[in-house]
Amino acid sequence: MAGALQLLVLLVLLAAAWRPLGDWMARVYTDERDWRVERLVYRVARVDPRSEQRASTYAVAVLAFSFAGIVLLYLLQRLQTLLPWSFDRGAVEPGVAFNTAISFVTNTDWQSYVPETTMGHAVQLAGLTVQNVVSAAVGMAVAVALVRGFVRSRTDRLGNAWVDIVRGCTRVLLPIATVAAVALVATGVVMSLRAGVDLTGPDGTVSTAAIAPAASQEAIKELGTNGGGILNANAAHPYENPTPLSNILEIFLMLVIPVALTRTFGRLVGSGGRRSGAELDPSGMRQGVSLLAVMAGLWGAVLAVIWTAEATGAAFAGANLEGKEVRFGIPGSALFANTTTGTSTGAVNSLHDSYSAVGGGGTLLNILFSEMTPGGVGTGLYGILVVAIIAVFLAGLMVGRTPEYLGKRLGRREVTCAVVVTLTMPALVLLGTGLAIALPSTGDAMTNAGPHGLSEVLYAFASAANNNGSAFGGLTVTSGFFQTALGIAMLLGRFLPIVAVLALAGLLARQPRVAASSGTLSTGTPLFSVLVAGTVVLVAAITFLPALALGPIAEGLA
Amino acid sequence: MTVVQEPETEAAAPSAVTGAQLRRQLGAAVRVLLVLTVLCGVVYPAVVWGVSRLPGLHADAEGSVLPGGGSSLIGIDPVPADPAADPWFHTRPSASAPDDAVAGLGPADATTSGGSNLGPRAEDLATAVQERRAVIAARDGVDPATIPPDALTASASGLDPHISPAYAAQQVPRVARVTGLPEDRVRALVAGATEGRALGFLGEPRVNVPELNAALVGAG
Repeated sequence: MAGALQLLVLLVLLAAAWRPLGDWMARVYTDERDWRVERLVYRVARVDPRSEQRASTYAVAVLAFSFAGIVLLYLLQRLQTLLPWSFDRGAVEPGVAFNTAISFVTNTDWQSYVPETTMGHAVQLAGLTVQNVVSAAVGMAVAVALVRGFVRSRTDRLGNAWVDIVRGCTRVLLPIATVAAVALVATGVVMSLRAGVDLTGPDGTVSTAAIAPAASQEAIKELGTNGGGILNANAAHPYENPTPLSNILEIFLMLVIPVALTRTFGRLVGSGGRRSGAELDPSGMRQGVSLLAVMAGLWGAVLAVIWTAEATGAAFAGANLEGKEVRFGIPGSALFANTTTGTSTGAVNSLHDSYSAVGGGGTLLNILFSEMTPGGVGTGLYGILVVAIIAVFLAGLMVGRTPEYLGKRLGRREVTCAVVVTLTMPALVLLGTGLAIALPSTGDAMTNAGPHGLSEVLYAFASAANNNGSAFGGLTVTSGFFQTALGIAMLLGRFLPIVAVLALAGLLARQPRVAASSGTLSTGTPLFSVLVAGTVVLVAAITFLPALALGPIAEGLA
Repeated sequence: MTVVQEPETEAAAPSAVTGAQLRRQLGAAVRVLLVLTVLCGVVYPAVVWGVSRLPGLHADAEGSVLPGGGSSLIGIDPVPADPAADPWFHTRPSASAPDDAVAGLGPADATTSGGSNLGPRAEDLATAVQERRAVIAARDGVDPATIPPDALTASASGLDPHISPAYAAQQVPRVARVTGLPEDRVRALVAGATEGRALGFLGEPRVNVPELNAALVGAG
């Protein structure tokens, strides 16, 4: 009952934020004026904010920005000993530094290291926190560029990547994160520049607890759907997530931008991409709501599975509390686990590896839905728009007409781009998992044997290729093979789809708008939502059912 | 001042990326990244840190340290001088307890954090639960079947400061006997360290072990 109320309050909070935040973000990406701090950024960086870029230039800008981010983050880790607040933690090993640099720039935040003993505060703040913000801003920028592709016609310009990235930071991510970080400190999240705090137990023993500047990173790690903990236990650590109140706030932060972006999308489509104040076509908002319905439906369905499985699937001790914290209990853990895997965040407040076969399978399924329920910041929106294109195309095949979506024809080239986005992830996950299982060393890397061990490996590659970052943590991933293979999976899983999405946006923007005819599939309807949701489930089922059958399904039936 | 701008018209194929374009964007990328590093990696955390220095937030930001020297957020299991006369309330098992402790029933290593990652069918988990059940039943003098689940399972952080009210209640008679305090007094201390659901519906009812043991020291 209390758990249900918790869910209800979360939904009410999201509903309340949906409209103002969604409308605000629509303004952010159409505003013709710059804020003072932004003008300063453009001046220092020598960027002309009024110039518009082609799809190819936009893609080059995004890739160059991410590449520079990887190099800088790698160097910061390798040169850690020269930085302040490194506490003799030493230079980060090359394999870890490589994997971590890719991981944080790709918004994955997969962690193959123990943060409190590996990374000093300077690397955490100037390296990892920065990528927590800017990688999320990149995701939003790409999503907005795709929406512009639908909204604009007869142009080869998609906007300015630098403006979109900078505004995402200054107008959306940093303001919300600052408020949220202070709220988190008030619940007990630490924000300390010390390395550790000496604690005296009642028995007189003195021990040192790791401490860190956690609040600023905690807020943006959830808000930007990043998920990398500043402490090893992540959001299960009482210093990162001390109370049920901080828990519900962190869950809210993960969901709020991906959910509100559906409103932003509807608003931009409805207003033809013009500045706010322009008259709004209500059918545009229906388009956004129809996608939100898909996200919410699948998020809710998997939540029911995980929650039920954890509440009823006790194996040994009378309740499934191994790897869970008492303050959250089953509802607070299940809600967090479902949200962190559905949003591509990957922060954890409980250990998914210790979940029941069905509950852990639910978290894996969320990731295998290709992160769009509701998905990461920006990535969720462009992910589901691509599936919507596939769904319209499939429907077009059935009736034998050239498919159209939002007034744009979906020809061979557009659908090719959409298919590249859709198939990149399954290819990476299945090839990576297959390769890992074929290696004799992988058996030793597993904590759990049998089907659960396979689930650990499958989860690792699913998490990396989908830029989620959570883990069935029992798998030891510090070997050269896993550092490299998962690094490549993160890299390709992030940037192949981004390039294809921007190419798609360029193709769409160049097209003239076609008027809807009697043969046009009506989108923005409940029927369309069902069609899109069906496509999400179908693609995941076709590609992953055999692997899931050998992992969680076999374990659940054993 | 050089400006990154594309000409409105270009003779080359519209989607071709030239080397000059690549260099321009890479240069802009490095400069934007460095400026945003200052904004997101220095200014933003500095503002949050500055606000966290305010009275009322400062103690939380520095780890919620109790007057007695423990932290209300970090559960490190106390070790009794004489195991036969154990005066402490105990936390949950921890994956970071020393290797020589029985199945995680020992003080956690707070310099790190984490759980066992054992799956529900792992034999190691079954064995650990069995061992914990026997040790805790003997320590508290209770029927092994009545031990609450949070006492038998390791937390996700390894530092869970909380136990269920049922596990606290199970430990009351032993603590009262060893410390010589009346059971009612111990029960009152437990009630003082018990938190209900936040706002009546968030989270689970729980007993804060570091606070409870600190109160016990004060009472004894």
